[in-house]
Amino acid sequence: MNRINALLHDLHDSEADLAGLLLHVSDRHRAEHEVFHVARDLAGWSADHLRELSRIGHERGLDLDPEPPDADTLLARVRQKAGELLGRRSEVGLLLLVDLREVHVRAAGVSVDWVMLGQVAQAIRDQELLDLTSRCHPETLRQLRWANATIKVSASQILSG
Amino acid sequence: MGHPRIIDPWGERTPYGQGQPWPERVDQHLADGIDPESVDRWVLAASLLHSNGDAMEIAVKDDRIVGVRGRADDRVNRGRLGPKDLFGWQANHSPDRLTRPLIRRDGELVETDWETAMSAVAGRLRELIDTRGPGSVGFYTSGQLFLEESYTIAVLAHGGIGTPHVDGNTRLCTATAGEALKESFGCDGQPGSYEDIDHADVIALFGHNVAATQTVLWSRILDRLAGANPPRLLCVDPRRTPVAEHATIHLAPRPGTNLMLMNALLHELIEHDRIDHAYVEAHTVGFEELRKQVADATPEKAAEVCGLDPADIRSAAELLGTAERLTSTVLQGFYQAHRATASAVQVNNIHLLRGMLGRPGCGLLQMNGQPTAENTRETGADGDLPAFRNWANDQHIAELAQIWNVEPQRIPHQGPPTHLMQMMRYAENGSLGALYITATNPAVSLPELHRIRSILEQERLFVVVQDLFLTETAQLADVVLPGATWGEKTGTFTNADRTVHLCEKAVDPPGEARADLDILIELAHRLDLEDKDGGPLITWTTPQEAYEAWQRCSAGRPCDYTAITYDRLRAGGVQWPDATPRLYADGAFRAHPDDCESYGKDLETGAPVEPVEYRSLNPDGKAILKAAAYRPPHEVPSEDYPMQLITGRTVYHFHTRTKTGRAPELQAAAPDVWVEVSSVDAEAHGWSEGDLLRITTPRGTVLAPARIAGIRPGVVFLPFHYGYWDTSGGSRPDPSYGDGAGRAANELTVTDWDPASKQPLYKTAACAVTKVEGVAR
Repeated sequence: MNRINALLHDLHDSEADLAGLLLHVSDRHRAEHEVFHVARDLAGWSADHLRELSRIGHERGLDLDPEPPDADTLLARVRQKAGELLGRRSEVGLLLLVDLREVHVRAAGVSVDWVMLGQVAQAIRDQELLDLTSRCHPETLRQLRWANATIKVSASQILSG
Repeated sequence: MGHPRIIDPWGERTPYGQGQPWPERVDQHLADGIDPESVDRWVLAASLLHSNGDAMEIAVKDDRIVGVRGRADDRVNRGRLGPKDLFGWQANHSPDRLTRPLIRRDGELVETDWETAMSAVAGRLRELIDTRGPGSVGFYTSGQLFLEESYTIAVLAHGGIGTPHVDGNTRLCTATAGEALKESFGCDGQPGSYEDIDHADVIALFGHNVAATQTVLWSRILDRLAGANPPRLLCVDPRRTPVAEHATIHLAPRPGTNLMLMNALLHELIEHDRIDHAYVEAHTVGFEELRKQVADATPEKAAEVCGLDPADIRSAAELLGTAERLTSTVLQGFYQAHRATASAVQVNNIHLLRGMLGRPGCGLLQMNGQPTAENTRETGADGDLPAFRNWANDQHIAELAQIWNVEPQRIPHQGPPTHLMQMMRYAENGSLGALYITATNPAVSLPELHRIRSILEQERLFVVVQDLFLTETAQLADVVLPGATWGEKTGTFTNADRTVHLCEKAVDPPGEARADLDILIELAHRLDLEDKDGGPLITWTTPQEAYEAWQRCSAGRPCDYTAITYDRLRAGGVQWPDATPRLYADGAFRAHPDDCESYGKDLETGAPVEPVEYRSLNPDGKAILKAAAYRPPHEVPSEDYPMQLITGRTVYHFHTRTKTGRAPELQAAAPDVWVEVSSVDAEAHGWSEGDLLRITTPRGTVLAPARIAGIRPGVVFLPFHYGYWDTSGGSRPDPSYGDGAGRAANELTVTDWDPASKQPLYKTAACAVTKVEGVAR
């Protein structure tokens, strides 16, 4: 069980990281309206996962913080303002690609963690963990696909500009 | 109010019973002193001031348009015309029509000749393409251009220049209709027919105030209501519209919550087993996902989210679930709101679950907002590839390359086409160097206008506007090209139920104004756009030749025009393909992976579904029951902005009033902006009818007199038509009036859109409303 708890712990941390990154990317690219809004929505999905992980962790004696990163901090507003001001410059596009690449990498990490949890849940026939995985993992895959698709849409204009 | 058809926009009743043909009623309006006998000739046309496609004839005397009458023999309107058609033609004669090209010199727009204007335009575009690549040029087209013009732009941009940046103003009105159809049926194309109104026993209108948007279609419904075996109506709209007043059930959900309501209606249909299981089994995929998704969307839960009574949601589901012939229509109340595509798709799901498609009265109409929106979508002037071809299918690209005789690599297909709001973003960050705008007015119609103006007036962006008048947008342009309009040029267009009409030239355009098609063809030649053998890319010179080129392009695709010739259209409107009343009879969809227009998208993130994934989900090309979870809107009421703002239309105006504001009867009927508030809010805040109210969002401020109206408490409504061309501000709010407050509703709207359809959200914003004293207009 300790190994499963360790996995839950890692998964919780990687979901919290991803939520934080998505919010950060959202703020930084305030001028890219779809990125701003959708990245916030996707951070919300990771926040849901955090709460679920915390609940299940609690039952297993783990103390996992259920609170997602705060979306509306002073720093976030400063970042958004900077994002707006820089939004008129074409160089900010390159930064967007770098940021989305990072989202993709981290979402892939979270996805792999869910795969491992799903595998072990099946092996030990833990229905609760299996249900959790089948609820959350598809959303992680959608986060991953979003990052990939957004890179695909943006890359040609940014890199050929 | 004047003329009887201003007072009663729908005219006299001609009642008829279920399954009977809709009686004729010929509407006509001629200029003072003209009687029908004195008219020199009647010229075939159809309405260009809404999406209904009402067939008419233009009366000409002494080479001048003197009036219009409806065509009794046409399937769409059987002679009827709406107020915009009866009076709108007068705008053609407006003394402020553009008659010569304009070019910006030392900051001012001055008159010039065509040679100077066209060489400036072609020179700048060519320079950009050569130095910064095709992606530095974008085209913003319109749901008011004719099919021939839209197709020519699509060929010019996709096949010639090779830019992925082409979109139409249909993005604002009908993008969600197209996307919802693609998501459910694999392909765009209106399943139903207006004749379904004749047969339906239940008509459900989702966010569709048809009484204002398509008066003749509403007359048809009113005539059914006045006849034997009238249909029952379900109306979903936060306003108490004429539709709501005639409805058996009116649901007025909180703005931004449509998807929650739809999921609850589906929950009830499944819960009470109002399902055609054989149909679902034979013709759809995805039922299990949908069932799971709506399992906890109970009427109680939806009632709380939507601010409704759960009993009303149950009754609505009962009405939908017991209908024997259900016809549904959907429009802006869904398309311009939060979770637009997901909500519109759930209407498709109702019809799929109930097996109600492709039979008389079982009609699904994902409506259009503009007269030629359908053509924008078909021809590729909205960025999609022509004739519903799939950008992610290499075989489709190869077909198109063969038709145009270009190398497949010339046609941009590395990703989804660039939608308008993204194009504006590229203009904002400087990566787009030129924007060529035809027949539309983004400086009034796009959200967050202060931003739009600041983009369009940048020095580094070369803006070309092709229009009839010096619109708010034209005032910000570098070159303005005077276009001919309806009645002054020939072409076809297709309405919301796939009916194609021919609209012929009746008179010459004023001054040096030219047909849009001629301007575009000249542009293509000046840009030296060639096919792969060095011949000209655009091989046509007349509207009929352009149409024939389009017929060849459409052959074999769902929107096949090959059987619909100009000659055939002279006898009246014809539905594509080949007078087919309804698509998808017997569950025969065009969703096969090799055939479909789109593999679909993630409705929440907008990420395209990969071809392999689609193929494994839907190998046999069935309809797709697509489920989506409700999530709250991004902008919800707060302490600072406690109310919700929605924008919309009046029956007397079209778009930004470019024409209807210049037709005396229409202008007099709705001369200036107003704001609708509920009696509950008026009483709570001490507002009276006519009080000047200040409506504020984080984007801007609008001043408007109050109208106390039937609208959900907590919600205010502003018509979006009013801009500045007929005010002292010209292209923008006059800073000396009301602290610079505007009158365009889009000063207030938010830059946010549905990630799947990319349609901006005009109906989900938070605002503050206060009463002001002492501001004179």
